[in-house]
Amino acid sequence: MPAHRRASAYESDRKEGHPREVGRRRFLGYLIAAPTLAVAAGGAWELLKPDDARAALPSPPQLSDAYDLGDLQNEAALPTAYLIKIVINEDCTASFAMPRAEVGQGITTTVAMMIAEELDLPLDKVNVSLADARPELLLNQLTGGSNSVRSLYIPVRTAAALARQQLLLAASKQLNVPVEQLTTAAGNITGPTGQALSYGSLAVPAASSTLTSTSVVLKPASKFTLLGTAQNRIDALDIVTGRKRFAMDLDAVPNAKPTMVARPPTINGRPKKVNNLAEVLALPGVTDVAMITYGVAIRAETFGQCIDAIRTIDVSWAGGTVDGESDDTVEKKLKAAQLPLAVPNLGTNSVDTEITFAFASNSPLEPDCAVADIKGRKGEIWSSLKVPIAAKEDIEAKLGMAPGSITVHVTQGGGSFGRHLFHDVALEAAEASKKMGKPVKLSWTRTDDFRQGRTHPMCVARVRATYALGNVVSYEQRHTSVRTDFTHGLGEVLTATAAKSPLVGNYSFAQSIFLLSQSSPYNFGVTTQLLNEVDLGFNTGSMRNIYSPNTVTAEELVVDELANRMGQDAVDFRKAFLKEKRLEAVLEKAADEGEWGRSLPDGVFQGIALHAEYRGAICTLVELDCRPETVNRKIKDAVTGPRVTRATVVVDVGLALNPRGLEAQMIGGFNDGLALALTSSLHIKDGIPLEGSWDNYFYTRQWNTPPDMKVVIMPPTTGEPGGAGELAVAPSMAAVACAYARSIGKIPTCFPINHGELSFDPYPLEPSSPQSPTDGLTNPL
Amino acid sequence: MSTHTFNVNGKKVSVECDDSVRLLWVLRDLLGIYGPKYGCGLQVCKACTSHLNGKKFNPCAVPVSDVGPGDEITTIEGLAGSVDKDLHPMQQAWLENDVAQCGYCQPGQIMAAVALVQETKEQGRDITDEDLDQIRNICRCGTYHRIRDAIRAGAANM
Repeated sequence: MPAHRRASAYESDRKEGHPREVGRRRFLGYLIAAPTLAVAAGGAWELLKPDDARAALPSPPQLSDAYDLGDLQNEAALPTAYLIKIVINEDCTASFAMPRAEVGQGITTTVAMMIAEELDLPLDKVNVSLADARPELLLNQLTGGSNSVRSLYIPVRTAAALARQQLLLAASKQLNVPVEQLTTAAGNITGPTGQALSYGSLAVPAASSTLTSTSVVLKPASKFTLLGTAQNRIDALDIVTGRKRFAMDLDAVPNAKPTMVARPPTINGRPKKVNNLAEVLALPGVTDVAMITYGVAIRAETFGQCIDAIRTIDVSWAGGTVDGESDDTVEKKLKAAQLPLAVPNLGTNSVDTEITFAFASNSPLEPDCAVADIKGRKGEIWSSLKVPIAAKEDIEAKLGMAPGSITVHVTQGGGSFGRHLFHDVALEAAEASKKMGKPVKLSWTRTDDFRQGRTHPMCVARVRATYALGNVVSYEQRHTSVRTDFTHGLGEVLTATAAKSPLVGNYSFAQSIFLLSQSSPYNFGVTTQLLNEVDLGFNTGSMRNIYSPNTVTAEELVVDELANRMGQDAVDFRKAFLKEKRLEAVLEKAADEGEWGRSLPDGVFQGIALHAEYRGAICTLVELDCRPETVNRKIKDAVTGPRVTRATVVVDVGLALNPRGLEAQMIGGFNDGLALALTSSLHIKDGIPLEGSWDNYFYTRQWNTPPDMKVVIMPPTTGEPGGAGELAVAPSMAAVACAYARSIGKIPTCFPINHGELSFDPYPLEPSSPQSPTDGLTNPL
Repeated sequence: MSTHTFNVNGKKVSVECDDSVRLLWVLRDLLGIYGPKYGCGLQVCKACTSHLNGKKFNPCAVPVSDVGPGDEITTIEGLAGSVDKDLHPMQQAWLENDVAQCGYCQPGQIMAAVALVQETKEQGRDITDEDLDQIRNICRCGTYHRIRDAIRAGAANM
């Protein structure tokens, strides 16, 4: 397969420990027939020789070391990489409609930097927009797995370099000077006697009238002047002035009026009958009421009036898909489904542990929202979608419309954390618009997001490690989880269908994702890490870093216990058993920068943890203040508890393209891991989460976040950018968990540590969303 | 249905709607002012934080009938204008610290930050870690650390 060959091209460099340099080979691209210069990248694999074929893949569990989830995604995206197009405009700008979602991770900024670098164009002359769903891209329009930079790094730079090459050729003709005597800088081409032409003036002369294949050499990393430097987000000004538009802010369709949904008191319950339709339709502002699959959609002049109607409507509901389930019933089923451990418990020479991780919500701050206008046989949808092709094909099928009849636009997303891999809200908006015969702007309420939205499923980690004579002899980990829904596949109908089919099925897809993303970084002898899933009918999906926060936390807790039993310092012990030099380097740096082992007041504990994924290596070191005066802080409607007072994150992503954006992802990822360890979870009771808003779901707040936070970015190692968006979550959760375990002197059996007590009064289940307060001026929180 | 008249970002506006409609929806759905965001409608997430007569408030929890012709609402769109500049010093600090990730909470964060600095200035003191710890605005991207840095930087120029 092509990507296998591609990967092997670097093998010799790698073995000798040299950075991976990708600059010197020629990459294929295309000139596209267009009014101004338009170029597209070819697949890098097309130029590789057959003898590059790589040896057979190593067996699990080391699979993800050699070939990880990102490689699978890259391989899937390669055949259509040439459909990625950059256009040079007469106003001296370059445009790129990126087939990825921007949900805060900063990919538009990094990709604009790639284009600006290869084109020698100022960064502010590059416009990156979000492409509509393009089914012809097949597997090349999925945003996830921290893979966008990895999959776009070569194709985008190839297209930009090709554009520069074509501009040079056009300038050479106009100036009658050989290309070798021309230089490019800041969007201009200059000749030997100082004659200058702007890219804009060459956009038309450089255009091609036919589709032509050509090749180009990319700029070597050693010549980068922009990539590798710290740049601010290209959308920052729009954000701080309130101009950045999210789905709920769109005026794209006149009359797409606010719409919300009255929902059942259990997950995935369905409406049977509206008992007071006339009363609801008579409410101020209400224009339409329509039953949809999982609720009753209400369209009104304002969202507030939709909420009023949700409070008034009387619906008879059919049961949901998990009506009998609560936290304890789910946990029992998971424990009953655990795959057996192979090595017997050796008593004093075994570390045996079992940890339950509660359900968690991947809800972003922007509630799920979509604008839909379905008219007759045609339709248009706007929403933040990470898998827009799957959304388009699924919505067309569910609405009984012909393939190609719905246009799907991808909007800027107010966060995702995995939520926008699914298009639940876009489907509901389309359903409502079709039934009402009118355009709608459908938003979930905050309560819908927590109670009916996708979740990171509960899982149980069972670990047994055995040791003898100063060595760890075996390490076995069994990860048993409520099924994670991967039915979006790799982004389009082919793999989505495979993930849904009984033959291949979600389970084998999940196994593949698990094996491609998990590997123990330690030399612990016989090592097995296996997944088993239980399908219970919950709405699940990948949450930032998928399995790793749980698997790594369990592993690092056991590592600390092994070190303790074997009488070794936690850092020295890790160093002795680590497989990878890059992990050793981040561990040493973190221990140094974060002052591992320094003297701390009684009640303050350090914790350190490591992780390797997405071709990156990372170490987090925290100090956790567990003193009573800290733990018992009183803040209204908040969870306080132990506080991380200092955090050090050291990261090696191979090659940091935008260190400032990378640092932002580390800070954000840290706060996610912190929440998963200490404060944030869903409590399932009788078929639905009790959480209905943010002061129920305790994501990290200012009173939880470390006042002292330091991110260290290691110098380039591999020469290629790894994934960053999810990388920090697992080691941060694990480091906090390790510090907490040190404070109580044992491995906790459940995370987050506050899950056992309910720290809020749940909102009623009916009506499905609470009313907004009216006392904001007299009683502000 | 009645007519409600008040001022938004220096302009007088009149809207026809029921008294109970919360200001957030009046601003967004009826006036097309999209800076204040909907994150919960429960005065919890604070994404809609704006100013009423110079004090922070959450329009999701205030009926339109609570304001009248003498009241001035400032949203993120009007913040710079309130100091007669292209950008308020706090917005500038947000840019310099590259605070935002997705950006959804940031209009509310900036409006809350400005209010906090004004409150501490009125009390004649500098911002402390404890003040920053009290900010309730949620950033689900978790960029809290940069928010703290930017507030201190912005305060220095206010």
